[in-house]
This record gives sequence, structure tokens and C-alpha cells, in this order.
Amino acid sequence: MTITEDRASETPAAEIGKARTRKEDQRLITGRTRWTDNIQLPGMLHLAMVRSPFAHATISAISVDEAKGAPGVIAVFTGEDLKDIQGVNITAWPISADQKTPDHLPVAVSHVAHAGEIVAVVAARSSAEARDAAELVDVDYDELPAVLDLKEAAKDEVLAHPDLGTNKSAFWQLDSAGQGSGGDVDEAIAKARDGGIVIEREYRQQRLIPAFMEPRSTVVDPTGEQVTMWSATQVPHVLRFCIAATTGLPESKIRVIAPDVGGGFGGKLQTTPEEFATLAVARKLGKPCKFTETRSETMVSGHHGRDQWQKLTLAAEKDGTVTGLKVELMADLGAYAAIVGGGVPVLGAWMFNSIYKFGAYQFNTTNYYTNKTWVDAYRGAGRPEATYAIERLMDELAVEVGVDPLEIREKNWIKHDEFPFTTVAGMTYDSGNYEAATAKAKELFGYDELRAEQKQRRESNDPVQLGLGVSTFTEMCGLAPSRILGALSYGAGGWESASIRMLATGTVEVVTGTSPHGQGHETAWSQIVADRLGVPFENVEVLHGDTQIAPKGMDSYGSRSLVVGGEAVLRAADKVIEKAKPIAAHLLEASVDDVEFKAGTFGVKGTDKGVTISEVALATWTGHNLPDGIEPTIDADATFDPDNFSFPHGTHLCAMEVDTETGATKMRKYVCVDDIGTIINPLIVEGQVHGGLVQGIAQALWEGAEYDDQGTLVTGSFVDYTLPTSADTISFITDHTTSPSTYNTLGTKGVGEAGTIASTPAVVNAIVDAVRHLGVNDIVMPCTPERVWKAIQAGSPVNTEGERDAAPHFDEGAPNQDPASGASEGSGQ
Amino acid sequence: MIPAQFDYVAPTSVADAVAALAEHGDEAKVLAGGQSLLPILRMRLNAPGVVIDLGRIPELQGVSEDGDHLVIGAMTTYAAVLASEAVSTHAALLNKAIATVADPQIRHRGTVGGALVHADPAGDVGAPALALGAELVIAGQGGSTRTVAAEDFFEDLFTTAVGEGELLTQIRIPKHTGWGAHYEKFVRVSHQWSIVGVAATVRSEGGSIAEARVGLTNMGSTPLRARAVEEALVGKEATDEAVREAVASVAEGTNPPSDLNGDADYRKHLATVLTRRAVLAAAGA
Ligand SMILES: Cc1cc2nc3c(=O)[nH]c(=O)nc-3n(C[C@H](O)[C@H](O)[C@H](O)COP(=O)(O)OP(=O)(O)OC[C@H]3O[C@@H](n4cnc5c(N)ncnc54)[C@H](O)[C@@H]3O)c2cc1C
Repeated sequence: MTITEDRASETPAAEIGKARTRKEDQRLITGRTRWTDNIQLPGMLHLAMVRSPFAHATISAISVDEAKGAPGVIAVFTGEDLKDIQGVNITAWPISADQKTPDHLPVAVSHVAHAGEIVAVVAARSSAEARDAAELVDVDYDELPAVLDLKEAAKDEVLAHPDLGTNKSAFWQLDSAGQGSGGDVDEAIAKARDGGIVIEREYRQQRLIPAFMEPRSTVVDPTGEQVTMWSATQVPHVLRFCIAATTGLPESKIRVIAPDVGGGFGGKLQTTPEEFATLAVARKLGKPCKFTETRSETMVSGHHGRDQWQKLTLAAEKDGTVTGLKVELMADLGAYAAIVGGGVPVLGAWMFNSIYKFGAYQFNTTNYYTNKTWVDAYRGAGRPEATYAIERLMDELAVEVGVDPLEIREKNWIKHDEFPFTTVAGMTYDSGNYEAATAKAKELFGYDELRAEQKQRRESNDPVQLGLGVSTFTEMCGLAPSRILGALSYGAGGWESASIRMLATGTVEVVTGTSPHGQGHETAWSQIVADRLGVPFENVEVLHGDTQIAPKGMDSYGSRSLVVGGEAVLRAADKVIEKAKPIAAHLLEASVDDVEFKAGTFGVKGTDKGVTISEVALATWTGHNLPDGIEPTIDADATFDPDNFSFPHGTHLCAMEVDTETGATKMRKYVCVDDIGTIINPLIVEGQVHGGLVQGIAQALWEGAEYDDQGTLVTGSFVDYTLPTSADTISFITDHTTSPSTYNTLGTKGVGEAGTIASTPAVVNAIVDAVRHLGVNDIVMPCTPERVWKAIQAGSPVNTEGERDAAPHFDEGAPNQDPASGASEGSGQ
Repeated sequence: MIPAQFDYVAPTSVADAVAALAEHGDEAKVLAGGQSLLPILRMRLNAPGVVIDLGRIPELQGVSEDGDHLVIGAMTTYAAVLASEAVSTHAALLNKAIATVADPQIRHRGTVGGALVHADPAGDVGAPALALGAELVIAGQGGSTRTVAAEDFFEDLFTTAVGEGELLTQIRIPKHTGWGAHYEKFVRVSHQWSIVGVAATVRSEGGSIAEARVGLTNMGSTPLRARAVEEALVGKEATDEAVREAVASVAEGTNPPSDLNGDADYRKHLATVLTRRAVLAAAGA
């Protein structure tokens, strides 16, 4: 072993902050990698699911004989056949003690509650044979009346689950007076009615369908000591827990692997009927089985997102100082309480007050079941809905007061010198600077010039009008402090774990309990470790997504991976250094107190003697010359449980052109300045922001799941579910301000959801701003040209067919009070 | 997304293809670019016993000129039509409309003949074919052929004059050399089918419209030709006001669908706006 006499005097260029291209991209982009569907095991069988075409029915008989006799078919199972071992799809978050939760069997036994629910599984030698045979399974259904509309569901006239006796799942409230974080909201509203301003609105958060690139896929190998499941999931650890909790398989007998996973956006944080059904069939047959869904199956079976009605009452003084906000939500859970399920609207509870300081706040959500696909977390989960509501309301308030929307925000937001600030919802925001982000955004946007152009277009009665939309958002990231989750009755903790293994030849394995599915953790984590340990970026390998390799973890969602998981990695690295130090001192024949670690090398103060951490790793591995009594390892584990959330924020400005002749909208300019704390890799951040923006803009303009009155998903393919492509978007201008988080060492805040949360209201605000002078103050999302045009025609929010529009909720006879019938058929292909 | 099993034949001449059609009767389905047929098979909305692939029949490929007509083989892909100088010169409207179809991948597979026979009212080829007065050549049993005017070709939703045992072989288009053209396609996202489309081609003489042809996409169960508007446009100056007035009644008598993209009344309104824009653009105004 060599002792480095000449310590490198130069510190290697810091990895943190470097725009490294992602080390994992080559294999991901070429597809020459381990997607679940690429996995082939010897003797593997292929499954096809038989799904209910009815939204609500009882199953009176299933005849499988013909299917069993079809070519290549090995077996056909009904729910009855799998009953004992199939487990159940559970919810992790009963939001109230009396929450009603219908059993969700992976394969239905006697009752189906939404179209697309699995009623039988065919196992065959090939996927084609399985699908052919699935068509031969003959199911007798007795159709039941279906409840499809959220407001209808609240009436309890038609029940989604007759056994429950009600469609209401649960009610949950946060009240600032009750919890002592503020005053009484009803008092604030009453006061505002008398000489102040009260803004009352009802907004619709339409149903969205997560459209990850890789359809979900599961392979189960029941042979071997552990039953192994590969799945296209964001949550291998949660999945393993749920399997153990409900199927009778001991946790120690289950290995779950999330290999490379092609996107999720929350859509893959579910534990799915398909995973459980595949597991059950593989165990029954004792053979490896694979199920890969088609996109059409994703659309009806993968969980959906959003789907709320938001009744909002904002109280303010005459000058626009907000004094209170009351939020009354109705949330559609679909047919079952999903893994986060009823908790999704609750995640918005701390965010409706956003960046504003006011005295009184109340949040209420009532969750209902309907006979539609289940609903769960989708990029932002609860926070986009909240941000939309408050940012739309602030624009309305600005109009009422007669000032610019930026001015009304500035009047009410928390000033930069007021941090840390405890909000009316009871959250303590540690850092932020809304003034700085807004000033930068305004400048990049050319706000004043665009306002001037808007004025000119109005005056000249231009058929193309211009509108400017503002969204000054914040969000809570870094899910989550375990104690808070416990207080909310969530079924798990929010910590994250990491291990670092110092290999003999100088390379490093980093094990993370987070489960990347396209974000670039491998690259970012490598940068963190390379900096901390002073080893080359290329020498760091990041391992994840396999419960054998990374046994402990809480997986990836809620912008938590870097903020919580990255901190765990950092702490593990610090432990490595601590463990290596006495060994280094021993090798350097110095006292531990005289040894300091810098840029990968342990040096002796006041000398030029040093030993690199890789050399210590090798010395530890040989174990030939270690201090007495020391354990021969410098590997370390760390588990980090955050004390608080992190609170990224940003100012987003959007200019939209509206063709008043057709209602067509066109994005002219989009600027966002986000404060996401310390940036580890600007390139990855850019990717997250741009993709996130498009997803949020898509909610505003393009996407929406629509059912017909039979409960069939009309937007069941990408012909009718209009996802945008790059051809539909413009180049965004993005920038940053930085106020590091104080709750973790790196100062990171999270960026995974920012763009999605912020952009939706910015776009809708801009469209409404463009046509407000024509008498429009709301357009229901997605703002289709037809809706925009009809709103202009009516000079008020209107009811297009199949629509349930929003308007002031106390206006007698307002059109939104009378929900119209279901959507009509989509166009043919 | 796996089609049910079928047999596959790939004849190399029209005669063989027609014979294969006769042999397999209504068990058979003809495959052109597959951009409509394959989704249908994969979603199992149809399960033919035999698929007859026209992709190996050279005589169905390519664009040629025949006097005052352009002749486009039924199996000519959109991309090939877009690349054809003859088409841009003599039938600019077809070029403009096809440039809006789907995306490059689909345009490299999908064929003009397939699109016409598929006859989706939201498809973008029917309206320009109608407006340009195209003639469709259909091959039948025993070497017979017949020619059908575009006007008579589209019978209903997904239904054309091509009967059982027949093949569309050629699209013959009277040359519209020197005519200005524009296809105004209204969509919400770029890869979408027309919510409404308007195909307009105009021969201008000294600043006014000498002749005009207007076809409508997705305003009824077939593509439509707006003859009354064509007539009203003759002699009009290509100004916003004059054209607005001439096209005002373009949606009269149409029967567009209602769906998530818009109801029938909205489509009628759109047709009026888009026709004005298409005509003005075609006239170079
Ligand atoms: C994602 C997507 C987006 C699309 N967007 C658009 C769009 O914006 N605008 C648009 O116009 N179209 C669009 N299309 C459809 C596309 O234009 C198709 O290519 C076209 O409709 C069919 O042409 P094809 O050559 O692929 O025919 P195929 O799919 O092979 O055949 C279509 C039908 O015609 C029959 N057929 C084909 N050729 C003949 C023949 N010579 N004689 C007799 N019968 C025949 C077939 O049997 C079949 O029934 C889209 C398609 C997709 C997949």
C-alpha cells in the first residue's frame, strides 16, 4: 500500500451543480436494458386478463371451459379460484377512523364496480394465445345501476357499492381555529360580507390519466427460496409490504424488483390488481408468469388522477388584503380506495393558503366512491388542485380590487425577511424569496411590454386577444416526516435509507431505498457521493429497486427522492468518512484529532502526508494493518427521517393568445423562475421542469378522462385522450433563484412536481385574462376551443354538452348548478 | 394489442389480388399502409381470415401524368405524394391537405388509396379529392375496370363505391395548374384527426376569384363539396369582407358529428370561419 506523500493541492471541480448528462440514458433510450417486459424466464407463461365491460354488475356465472380448451392454454382462473391466496389491494391511508373502504379484490369474485375490473385470468404459452382464449371466457353479468357523476354520488341514490350503504368514504377537516393556527373562517367571511370582498367560486379538477411511456408489466417467478416479482413500479418496497400483509406469504419470502421503469408520474405508485393476480397465478401453477398490459388496459385499469369539485370562499378587505379562505372539496375516489387514495385531496390541505399570509382558514374534503376507475396520486397529488384554486382566486380578487394580479399577490405573500413563517394551515416554511423570483420572472417575460400589447389588441378589437397568466406557487415536498404521517393515520413512515459500500479496488456502491423510474437518480446520487467522498464520478455506482440489494426503502414519489433519499446518501457518506478516519490516522501514524478529510484524502494537519479514502478502503479490505479492536469495514448505512417538508416555490408567467373567432388558444410565451433550493444537476432539473410544465399545461388545455352514461371510458385510447407532443408546445424560458432548504444538509427542496403544479393555473389565468373583457371569468378545463368559444358567446361560463361548468356557487340559476348528461361518443378512428 | 390469427397473401399484380379477393370472399381484407386497418385488427374490432397485402404490386405505386390528368397509384404513400413535384404543381390542394395528415411515420406508411377506401369522414384526403373533381379507378373481377367520380365514390361513413371483390387502383385528378390552394385543418393537438377541415383551391384573375373549389372534412358522414359557396365566390374580390359574405352559408345543410371536440353547432360555426380563411389563403390574400 502506498501513502500519498504529495496530496493533490487542487480540489477537484465540484460535482454538485454540474450539468452532467445522465449516465443511465444510453441504455434507457436505446431500450437495450431491463424493462420488465424484456424479461424472459425459462418455461414462462403469459397471462391475459378478462375484464368487465360493465361499470357495475354482479357476476352470476363464469364459464371457462371453452377458454381452457383453446390452443396453448394452461389454465384459467376466476376470482373464486384465487380467493385464498390472491390477497387484496389495500389503502395505506384511511383518512378518518370511520372511513368506509370496500374490499378491493385483485380478481373480482362476485361484484364488479368499474368497467375494466378483472374477472378472470388466462395463462397460456404465448401472449397471443392467452388473449385469444380470454375472448372465449363467458361471463354472465347482472347489470346494476351505476353512479358515475360525483355530485350524483353525493346524493346516495345510486350506490357504487350497495353493501356499504353509502357512497361517502370519509370526511376530513383542517380548521385553523380548531388547531390553533389561526382564526375562525366563518367569522372572517361574515366580516368580509359586510363591507369587504367575498369571492365565491366553484372549480372543477377534471379526471386525468397518467400516461407513462412504458405500460405496466409484471413477471413473477415462484421457484426458488424467495418468490421473485419484477414489476414496472415506483414502489417495490411498498409492494413487498402489501403482498406480505395480505397474501399470507411471509415478507422474508418475497423479493420485489423494479428493474428499469419507464416513467410513472404517480401512476406506478399503486399496488395493482394485475401484480397480485400474476403472483397468485404463478403460485398456483408453480411457474414463472408474465403479464404486460396494453395501453387500452392502462387507460381503464391504471389509476386516474385529480377529479374534484372545489367550492371556495375567499374573504378579503376592500384593499385586497386576504382575511380568510374556506375550501370545501368533493373528491371522486372512483370505485376503490387506492393506496394513497382518500389521502390525495388531504395532501392539498396545507397548500390552498399557498404563499399567502392570512388569518383564518378551513379545509374540508368529502370523498366519494363512483363506478369509475380508481383515482390516486398523479404528479403533484393534491397540491396542483390546491394551487389551481388559490391562484385562480387571486386573479379574481385582483379584478375585484382593480389591480394587477402580481400586485394582489405581493400584497398578500410572505415577505422574504419573514421566514421561517408558520402558515395559517400550521406548516412552517423555512425559506423562500417570492419577491426575487417574481422580479426575475417579470423581467424575463417582458411583462410590461406584453401588457401594453394586450391593451392595444383590446382597443383595436383584434380577433386574436392576448392574456397574461400568473401563478406564484409553492408546494410541500420531501414526503415526509414519519411523525406527521403517523398523526395523519398514514400506514407507513416517510424516512429513507442508504448504504455505501467502499469496494477494495476503489469504486463505490451506493444503495438507495428510493426507486428511480426515469428521473436520473443514478447520476445525481453519483454527483453527491463523488463530492462528499472525493472519488471520481465514474467510480460511483448507484444500486436500487431490488429488495435483495436495497432491503429498506420508501421508494419514489412526492418529490422526495433527493430531499429525503439524497440526504440519507449524504449521511451514509459522512459515516464512511467517520469510520475511515481512525484507520487513516493509524496508517498515517497520526492522532485521529490531527487528521482531516478533504477532497478524498485524509491528511495530517500541518503536514503534506495523506492517504486517500480508496487507499483506506483497500487497507480495510485486507485487514492487515488496522487499529486494535476496530471492525474491518468502513461501509455505512444511514436512514434519514426529515423533521419537516421542504417548500420549493416559483413564479410562472404565461402569455396565451385566444382566437376569439374559433376559441383556439395558442401559447405565446412561458417563463418560470423556480426556487428549488440547491441544484445538484441543472440538466436534470431542466428536464423535470420542462416535462412538468407540459404535464400541467396539458391539464389546462388538452387532457380529460370522459365517460359515457354507461360508464364506458370514451377517452379510452390516445385517439380521444389528447396527449400533447412536442409539436404542441413552445420553448419555455426557465430560470432559478435559490434559497436553500434549512431542513437538509444539501439545501435541496425538490423539483419533480413543480412544473406540473404551477403551470395549470398560469395557463387558465392567461386564457381568462384574454377574454375577461368579453364577460368571461372562468372556463372549465381542459379549455378546449369549443369551451372557450362558447364562453365568449355566452359572455359567462357556460355549459357545453357533457360539461359541468364552474361559476359563483351561490348564484341562483347559475348554469353550473345543473350538471348535464354524460359525454357523447368520441370520433371514430 | 395482438390481432387474432389470420393468413397472409401478398400478390404481385392487380389481377392476382383481385383473384385472391374472389377466392376468399368476405373472409378477406385488403391491406394497404395498415394505418387504419392494423389498429382495427389489434383492437380486435375486425378479425379477417385472410389479409391480402397490396404492398408488392408495382403497378399500384407512384405518380404519373396523363395529358391533363395526374394519375396517382392507390398504393402511393402520403410521403411520396408530398415529394411529388407534379402534385404540388398540378394539384397543390392535395399536397397541402396531405401535409397535415398525422405525423411523418404515419405519412410514410399510409396510402392515398387506403385513406380513400377507408373513407373516415374525419380523414383529410376526401375533401381535396372531391374539390379537385378526382376520378377513382376501380378494378373488378375478370380484368374489368370502372371509373367513379369522387362525387359518387363516398357513399356513407366508411363506405365507398368499392364493392366486394373490387380494388381501388388509381386516383385520376384533373390538373389544376396555377390554382392557389389551402387546407385549413382545425385540431386541438397536432397529431389529431380533423375536428373540421376545409379544402379550398382558387383560380385568380386580376385580384378576383375566377373559379373556386371547396371541400369540407368531417361535416357529415362523407366529405362534402360546397358547390353553392363555389358559385358565390366566382367574380368576388379576394377580400375579407367579400369572402365572408360568399361563404356565410357554407354549413347549411351539413350534418356534422357531436363529440368531445365540439358539438355540431360549433362545427358549423367553425366551418364558416375556416372556409373564409382557407379561401383567402388559397387566393393569396
Ligand atoms: C395515429 C394516427 C393518426 C392519423 N391521423 C390522420 C389524420 O390526421 N388525417 C387523416 O386523414 N388520416 C389520419 N390517419 C389515418 C391514415 O391516414 C391512414 O393511413 C388511412 O386512413 C388509411 O390508409 P392506409 O394505406 O394505411 O390503409 P389501410 O389501413 O391499410 O386500409 C384502410 C382500409 O382500406 C382498405 N383498402 C386499402 N387499400 C385499398 C384498395 N386499394 N382497394 C380496396 N380497399 C383498400 C383496407 O381493406 C381497409 O379497410 C391516422 C392514422 C393513425 C394511426
